[in-house]
Amino acid sequence: MKPTETNGVDWRSESTSAPDVTTRERLREVYDERIHTPLLVAWADWRTRLGFLILGGYLLIALVAVLGLWREPSTSQAPRYLMLFENMNYPLGTTASGTDLAALIIHSTPDILLMITAGAVWATAVAVVIGTVAGYKGGRVDRALMSFSDLVMAIPGLPLVIILAVTLNPQNPILLGIVINISYWAGLGRSLRSQVLTIRENDYVEASRTMGVNTPQIIMKDIIPNLMPYVTVNFVFAARYVMFASVGLYFLGVLPYSTQNWGVTLNLAYSGGALFSWSAAHWLLAPMVAIMGLSLGLILLSQGLDRVFNPRVRTRMSGTSSSTANDNDDDRVTEVL
Amino acid sequence: MVNYYVRRTARVFATIFMVASLTFVLIRLLPGGPYTLLRAQLLRQGVPASEVDARIANLQNIRPDAPLWQQYLDYMMALAQGNLGESISLNEPVVSILASSAPWTVFVVLVSTILVFVIGIFLGALQAYWEGSRFDKLFSGISITLMSVPFYVVAVLALYIFAYQLGWLPTAGTVGNGVERQLSIPFVLSALEHSVLPIFSYTLGAIGGQALAMRGNSIQVLGNDYVQVARLRGLSDRRIATRYVARNAILPMYTGFLLLLGFRLGGTVILEQIFSYTGLGYYLITALNANDYPLMMGTFLVITVALVLGVYIADLTYSKIDPRISAGDSDEAY
Repeated sequence: MKPTETNGVDWRSESTSAPDVTTRERLREVYDERIHTPLLVAWADWRTRLGFLILGGYLLIALVAVLGLWREPSTSQAPRYLMLFENMNYPLGTTASGTDLAALIIHSTPDILLMITAGAVWATAVAVVIGTVAGYKGGRVDRALMSFSDLVMAIPGLPLVIILAVTLNPQNPILLGIVINISYWAGLGRSLRSQVLTIRENDYVEASRTMGVNTPQIIMKDIIPNLMPYVTVNFVFAARYVMFASVGLYFLGVLPYSTQNWGVTLNLAYSGGALFSWSAAHWLLAPMVAIMGLSLGLILLSQGLDRVFNPRVRTRMSGTSSSTANDNDDDRVTEVL
Repeated sequence: MVNYYVRRTARVFATIFMVASLTFVLIRLLPGGPYTLLRAQLLRQGVPASEVDARIANLQNIRPDAPLWQQYLDYMMALAQGNLGESISLNEPVVSILASSAPWTVFVVLVSTILVFVIGIFLGALQAYWEGSRFDKLFSGISITLMSVPFYVVAVLALYIFAYQLGWLPTAGTVGNGVERQLSIPFVLSALEHSVLPIFSYTLGAIGGQALAMRGNSIQVLGNDYVQVARLRGLSDRRIATRYVARNAILPMYTGFLLLLGFRLGGTVILEQIFSYTGLGYYLITALNANDYPLMMGTFLVITVALVLGVYIADLTYSKIDPRISAGDSDEAY
């Protein structure tokens, strides 16, 4: 059935000559459509703005640590048990061993950021591939992939990480992030699959299929955009999970102490009796605030991005049946203000 | 249909089999694994070298001198008979330790996860219904704040305030010291009292996420045509809320619920350590610190089996709840 030159009719003439655009124009269009406009919309939401600001703050802190603008933490570098803001050289106070708490927090940041990014990228990338292919293809492929994720999912996350951490002793933050999220993709892939199951029944997917669009393209063009809100939100959740889990595991003392981490600080504070006296409360609170701040930034960002990718979240439950497109535009205007 | 259930059930056994094999690999093949450690430990304790192998065989149901396939067979046969070996550090059969600790973990995880689910769905639905209202904004803010607090932070703070400072609730353990471990009113009361803080700290942080998920789902459903049609047909608000919106909004969260259960089973490792709550997670860490591999793998396996069963139930009931998804058979391949 392939059109050949011998039959005289160039079936593809329309598609090859009609769009007379240069690569640069196309790139520009993609930039406008995919990056510029979504960012504008995202920026209009206060949650995204705040989320970006908070994450930017943590990046700055990481930069301070990397450039060495703040002293390295070491024992007996300051008087013991300084309170919050008691001595402005050590604004967050000091620990029982006279370590500058601010230095501990600041120098933990770069590794934590690396770790959570690595873990989240790993988890969402694997989940999207497995989930969409399994859900869309169905049949034997689905069964094989789901059996595999069932197997992975059947292994409880934290206990597995604990056992792996003890045996592998990962020191590199990127590796540690992946180890912590080693089986995280399975659950996410499974829920993505169940969403794909409903999406693939949609008319436009069926239309694409009847038109003979190939599977990778249907997955890329018709299915993944529908999953984007879920994926972005879960990317952030995966990042948050890495942070919560790593800090928790450092807190338990099961991860190697080689890297400086808020969890290590928390552990030392907890075992150092900070729970029982007010004079050491800041020792416990400083890492907690650092954890919660980063987590808050991530969540705000995910909430804001959800609005960008998920136009249906914007549709209101208005009693009138007016077109939702108009409502959306009104929304956008009021939100910019 | 029957075919599907048979296949799905077979898969459960296959999964458990694979995970059991994995624990064998972890025990037997990992570098610096328990054998070297155990052998050194026993020799240090003054056990004669001739007896060491016999002791290991007894503890772990594996004869170290047998060929690998023979060890594997022995291990799996013992497992199939419910024999998980003997704990090294506690000198007790692993099975009896698990039997006494698993109920506590299951209790805490199940109660708190159900609480999370119910409260989350309720709050999320209300927020979606009054989207953009002051209530919605307030609770969205609260949800986001709650989500950014890890449960162990809540646990440590709750322990500090309610147990150490105010002295309202016990600081550690599953029941009071003087309480006999049998079904009686003082036992139940003491158990409840000891579970309040773990359940509270394990519930609070997770509610926010669930509420936001439900809110998003509900808003998405509310925007659908069939809800508009239902409204035009003049159906009562209650009917629309329960039949049309709630049902379709809860659905994606249903598999999430069982997954959540699984993730949270693993999370008890940290929770139980903070409250010295002697459940599965507590023993996992105890075993880890004592290099007690039989106990470690035992807790690992039990948590795993619980998870496998959870997902199994989710799969079997999914098609009952969502008629759009036909279970297995008519599931055509593209």
